[in-house]
Amino acid sequence: MYNSLVALASMGGLGIVLSVGLVIAAKKFAVQVDERIEEIEIALPGVNCGACGFAGCRSLAEAIAEGKAPVNGCPVGGIDVASKIAEIMGTASGNAPERKVAQVLCKGGCAEATQRAEYDGPNDCRIMNIIQGGDKGCTYGCLGGGTCVEVCPFNAMYMNENGLPVVIEEKCTGCGKCVEACPRDIIILVGEEYGVHIRCRSFAPGKEVRQVCKVGCIACRRCEKECPYDAITVTNNLAQIDYDKCTVCRKCVAVCPVHTIEEQEGKPEIKAKKAG
Amino acid sequence: MEYLLLFIGTVIVNNFVLVQFLGICPFLGVSKQVSTSVGMGIATTFVMVMAALASWLIEHFILVPLDLVYLRTLSFILVIAALVQLVEMFLHKSIPGLYRAMGIFLPLITTNCAVLGLSLNAVLRSYNLGESLVYGFGAGVGFTLALILMAGIREELEFADIPKPLKGAAIALITAGLLSLAFSGFAGMI
Repeated sequence: MYNSLVALASMGGLGIVLSVGLVIAAKKFAVQVDERIEEIEIALPGVNCGACGFAGCRSLAEAIAEGKAPVNGCPVGGIDVASKIAEIMGTASGNAPERKVAQVLCKGGCAEATQRAEYDGPNDCRIMNIIQGGDKGCTYGCLGGGTCVEVCPFNAMYMNENGLPVVIEEKCTGCGKCVEACPRDIIILVGEEYGVHIRCRSFAPGKEVRQVCKVGCIACRRCEKECPYDAITVTNNLAQIDYDKCTVCRKCVAVCPVHTIEEQEGKPEIKAKKAG
Repeated sequence: MEYLLLFIGTVIVNNFVLVQFLGICPFLGVSKQVSTSVGMGIATTFVMVMAALASWLIEHFILVPLDLVYLRTLSFILVIAALVQLVEMFLHKSIPGLYRAMGIFLPLITTNCAVLGLSLNAVLRSYNLGESLVYGFGAGVGFTLALILMAGIREELEFADIPKPLKGAAIALITAGLLSLAFSGFAGMI
């Protein structure tokens, strides 16, 4: 009994002495922290997705408080968060940050693309890609392992029955996690207003593409000729859209013989761009 | 002379990281850049010297007189944790850049087994105060040496043509193994 009391007292005493020392040190080495950083951090979504270009919500909050980043720096939070932060900073709220959403640039699912081998390993695209470039005939297309779906922090993606990932655009915040995860670089971030996409990333010549995929770009250049705004160029056997020039006029959609180019509903033509 | 032998023995022959395999976590975690590894090494060395001093004092003025030797590990960890807190506050105030670069590994010095290993070893080998301090300083210098060597190699590795399956952690572990092998050549020197 006596022993345990001594033990208790000595360890407790040691703890108290050390904590007093730490309190004194904390006073002496106190760092002035901008109070607004805390407030801004609370206003931010707090998922640390990194879409703003900073290491996390805390880093963005620090940058905003120091004036190094705009109040609308968070693309995920949109206008609501921007106006809250503007209130904290005492400045006018900026415009809503441009919202980007992920687009999957491959249409070759189980039904359209050929299979060249039987894959029996872990269901992870990054592993599939290392092993001889995957089981699909096309070495550029989606592997269908669903790694992008797994890494999405917002549950904004799912795999459809055809073995391709689908982006739920209402939920997508453009954080870019899927873009990073995809070993084939099939996913890109595009401004949400753009509703026409060339869904193929194959640099193979047209003939080879036809052999392995029904919907791959064969580089026939019809879309390039059709586009009134020079937004489409065919280089390295692949048509690509320059979204800065695209006005979502949908003329290319109709001429594509293999239906690689796809339009999305509810995204009207951008009239303002025509003048420029 | 005795102190010098002890110092060199601790730094090189019985290097804490590469020979005794203590403190592997920060050794791999903070050895990507020479500059941060120097900072980490200095911070750890400071903690180690202070821990050697504090553990000697606690052992000889609290634990032994009160017959509480069985509380050694507990009390040493307590002191180490407090010391690390102190270093953290100091760095946050005076060198915020280094504070940010070291990140989570700074508070993790608390759980760095090299620091606790040093305190316990010093007591078990019944070193006197002077020997304990030299031992602590040597351990810190040895830790810093290992960290800087590793960081130097890893900086070069960034530009090396490493086979794909070996990239990242794999090559780091192989490098650490080779370094450790090299240090085993010092065995029996003292």
